[in-house]
Amino acid sequence: MSGEAYEIVRKARSAGRCTGLDFIKGIFNHFFELHGDRRFADDSAIVGGVAYLNDMPVTVIAIEKGHNARERMQRLFGAPNPEGYRKALRLMKQAEKFHRPVICFVDTSGAYCGIGAEERGQGLAIAENLCEMMTLNTPVISILIGEGGSGGALALSVADRVYMLENAVYSVISPEGCASILWKDSTRAADAADCLKLTAKDAKELGIIEDIISEDQIDTPDFFPALRERLAAEIEELKKDHALLDHRYNRFRAFGKTK
Amino acid sequence: MPILDFLYKPKNELEKGGRAVAPVQEDQGEPEKECPNCRKSIPLSRIWANANTCSCGFHFRMSARQRISFITDKGSFKEMYSDIVSNDPLKFEGYAQKLETVRAASNENEAVICGTASIGGTKCVLFVMEPNFMMGSMGSAVGERITRAFEYATKKGLPVVGYTVSGGARMQEGLISLMQMAKTSGAVKRHSDAGLFYLTVLTDPTTGGVTASFAMEGDIILAEPGATVGFAGARVIEQTTRKTLPKGFQKAEFLLEHGFADAIAPRRYQRSLVAMLLKMHCGGEQA
Repeated sequence: MSGEAYEIVRKARSAGRCTGLDFIKGIFNHFFELHGDRRFADDSAIVGGVAYLNDMPVTVIAIEKGHNARERMQRLFGAPNPEGYRKALRLMKQAEKFHRPVICFVDTSGAYCGIGAEERGQGLAIAENLCEMMTLNTPVISILIGEGGSGGALALSVADRVYMLENAVYSVISPEGCASILWKDSTRAADAADCLKLTAKDAKELGIIEDIISEDQIDTPDFFPALRERLAAEIEELKKDHALLDHRYNRFRAFGKTK
Repeated sequence: MPILDFLYKPKNELEKGGRAVAPVQEDQGEPEKECPNCRKSIPLSRIWANANTCSCGFHFRMSARQRISFITDKGSFKEMYSDIVSNDPLKFEGYAQKLETVRAASNENEAVICGTASIGGTKCVLFVMEPNFMMGSMGSAVGERITRAFEYATKKGLPVVGYTVSGGARMQEGLISLMQMAKTSGAVKRHSDAGLFYLTVLTDPTTGGVTASFAMEGDIILAEPGATVGFAGARVIEQTTRKTLPKGFQKAEFLLEHGFADAIAPRRYQRSLVAMLLKMHCGGEQA
């Protein structure tokens, strides 16, 4: 058992993994990227825009890490600044206005950690997304495709359905951070990874996610079409839900509920 | 009887009006605390008499119960949800024992105290976080208590006053802790959508998952002087960016300057300020 969870953390972080843009290209047609938060800047760690899911217009938002060193630098390793979350919120509000479902792909070690991020209100940016997504009157689906790092990942995951790829992780803190705070020893990250219950299997058992997406077919041409059909079916189902927002509220209300 | 006072023969010095009382002994025994700002040693009783502040203006931390008695109208506080406690959902190594130790040391069973109270005559729902309980970290019980407090306030049409102090989400409860950010935010949003007033007072320190949820969601956000408020920890930022942090980084005044707090609220007049704002939002007349 020991070390197994950390092995998955390694896979979730590995450079060869499909990134947000790969999912967008694989699943949607006519993706058109929309830039900027209309307040400060455009954050390249978050990619968002409009696209077709089969025949249905949708809003797509993805955290993008980039594939090579240059891209990764430019994308800040997929660590969004406040303007990234504000762009995402702007696009979600736009989706609500035009009755488009929202699909998010999440892959971040966490919200960007820097002086500018604090000066521009990283905490507020995340908090606003949590509030607004809870009452966004259109179906929202989030898929964790790699790293699901804490509040920075949750800020795009207040959804009606949340899925994780088989080798994705979702955690309140990085195993390294947890080990160094708890045991003053960041080399015990593997132990921390076990304790944190951060794998897709753990998250499913805890009821945090609806389902795990198998990665068996991820290198075959069948993977993305299958995911496309699945998303389309889920959205059809969610569109029929007349108490969508109550169900979303109760989905999160249930976590850690006593009595 | 007093008429006959002049006939009364005093039995001792004291009854005679006393001689000069023995000079007051310099109280050597009283514990003192050094102010981290002005470096003066101050007797504890004087700190307490000044709502845990130093004469230089430095604000010491306050326990949740101390705050409640400081801010609420006397005898008005009624505690709620004190039976909701964390139950180690992940069976995290060492957590159950840690909870036990902290409960014994802090005399509290969780990191937030909720209830109803009146402040300056206005009834409200109040939550106050406890720095002495795992630095106010948010696990399932903290999230549940705060969520219930907001749901209760929404149902009863009451405003909410919240004092935040927190190191963030409680990592020993993993994803369950993380989800409390969304859960509490949902409850705040419903309260807000019902047209009700929510006032937060950010106190030292308010960081991580609490900053990124209900701490920053108030209609009006006050911050105590000098309080550290931020999302990422200052040391982590310094290490990852390898930059020297600007002076006063993440302090309450920094927040005000960058537009993320409405005002600084020193304890000297914090109570009357909170009372006035509550009254203003809850149909009360000018004091």
